[in-house]
Amino acid sequence: MEIRELQAKAAQIRMDLLQMIFRAKTGHTGGSLSNTDIITALYYRIMNIDPAQPKAADRDRFILSKGHSVESLWAVLADKGFFEKEQLATFSQFGTKLIGHPNNKVPGIEMNTGALGHGLAVAVGMALAAKRDGVRYRTFCLMGDGEQAEGSVWEAAMAGAHYKLDNLIAIIDRNRLQISGSTEEVMGLDPLEDKWRAFGWNVMVIDGNDMQALIESLEAVPSVPGKPTLVMANTVKGKGVSFAENVPHWHHHVPNETELEQALTELSAVFEFYQTEGQGR
Amino acid sequence: MNTIPNRQVICDTLLELAQHDRDIMVLASDSRGSAAMAPFAKAYPDQFVEVGIAEQNIVGISAGLAHSGKKPFVTSPACFLSMRSIEQIKVDVAYSGTNVKLVGISGGISYGALGMSHHSVQDLAVARAIPGLSVMLPADRHETKQMIEALVQYEGGVYVRIGRNAVEDVYESDAYEFTIGKAVTMREGTDVTIIAAGETVRVALDAYEELKEAGVSCRIINMHTIKPLDEDAVIHAAKETGHIITVEEHSVLGGLGAAVAEVVVQYAPVPMRIIGIPDEPAIAGKTAEVFKHYGISSDNLKMVALHMLGKQEKN
Repeated sequence: MEIRELQAKAAQIRMDLLQMIFRAKTGHTGGSLSNTDIITALYYRIMNIDPAQPKAADRDRFILSKGHSVESLWAVLADKGFFEKEQLATFSQFGTKLIGHPNNKVPGIEMNTGALGHGLAVAVGMALAAKRDGVRYRTFCLMGDGEQAEGSVWEAAMAGAHYKLDNLIAIIDRNRLQISGSTEEVMGLDPLEDKWRAFGWNVMVIDGNDMQALIESLEAVPSVPGKPTLVMANTVKGKGVSFAENVPHWHHHVPNETELEQALTELSAVFEFYQTEGQGR
Repeated sequence: MNTIPNRQVICDTLLELAQHDRDIMVLASDSRGSAAMAPFAKAYPDQFVEVGIAEQNIVGISAGLAHSGKKPFVTSPACFLSMRSIEQIKVDVAYSGTNVKLVGISGGISYGALGMSHHSVQDLAVARAIPGLSVMLPADRHETKQMIEALVQYEGGVYVRIGRNAVEDVYESDAYEFTIGKAVTMREGTDVTIIAAGETVRVALDAYEELKEAGVSCRIINMHTIKPLDEDAVIHAAKETGHIITVEEHSVLGGLGAAVAEVVVQYAPVPMRIIGIPDEPAIAGKTAEVFKHYGISSDNLKMVALHMLGKQEKN
């Protein structure tokens, strides 16, 4: 998919996830909107995946370590055809498989997540297995920035560098907000990229809501032999919805009908813009 | 007297099996020495992973390896493996359904003098409460070997707890049939049943002899799999002997005794006693000293049995 199509797709995914959250009256709106571009780039351009063969041996692996932001992933998996799109209507409903965190009873989900600080260690195990077996798949792990306060993240970071896992790519959705406010107020992380460099990772810092930058950085990995890569994706929490952007309250706030309509209007305009050929950015 | 600790038996067994199964992997958290896994690390460096002192990481990495078709055996001190990384065990192993074998070494009060931080007497309770996770304790080296052989074939999350030092054999050889989830009746009896697991099986067998001399017919059950529990064996024992005693190297809260009691009270209520470590930081000392202090001994089992049967001798 070309950049313009990816941008339109991301707008569509944002509309889908907002409708899911509105229907369910629950969800993590802000973080799903901030990571939508990253997940869109991975699933529609970067990763080697086939919805018809979700367990193919050579598929790239994706672990959503910030599991609470699963709404964008559910919308993408449905759109890719891992399951029927109608199932999105069951999100967070009684007895559903589409719960508020990744659930590997659903095709396309590798591991159950939800407890923060778990994903990277699991991804290290997957990448290590690929190295030991000489298999060429890559393992991607998307973490939150608030999640960086979990000590287990750094245990895994150490192991990733120790075992020279250049087939491992961690991405941080650096939106600078967590449930209680700014990450720097809650538990300071900066200079976060220096910390990862000091742990032996190849670090790239990009605008994580810029599709061009995402594609360029993710297509470039594995870029340094013998080093795992960390993509520090600076994003905006609530991205794409003017009144939700950078507002901590939208971490898990649910839009009312008026808010939903406004959000859909804004996102439709973005969608139309990128769908229409010949227009400049 | 046997001098081979169960941890060495695990290493030997995995060394043998790994020759034919390249998917078997052993992981250690700076514990290859204490887990006796150094020979494995040397023989199969490609099938060995060192994670350093990081018990959360060892479980997460194992789950990732298992997801990719490996058969990881995590060997780490029971006290840390069962507590420090319990959330990874719950989410990455049990909930995600990955095929990880967690071997808690030096469990119970093996690290007797090191105090509560190193005692592992809550691990069975914690592991048992996690859906999908099986919990096992081998009684001697023969059972350990068979258990590991069975676990290589078994798909699913399992917590195995072993002690540190060599234990006296309870089986003459490994020529009996070990089956996951199937208790072993070591001695037949009709008056009372003692149910033990792991290293307390030896204690129970000694009590059998003492009770026999006192004219009591005692059934001894080795409940090597605490979860899934062999409920039929418990119900039959309750109905056929009318009295149950459990003995374990674990807190009396949530372990073998609790597992047995849950079945007894629901399906065959009979008088029952639970012998183990009381709800307190366990006293420091050698295993034998600590066992004696808390009545995890053949004398005490005899006394408790006689008391239950109304034949208590004054002492």
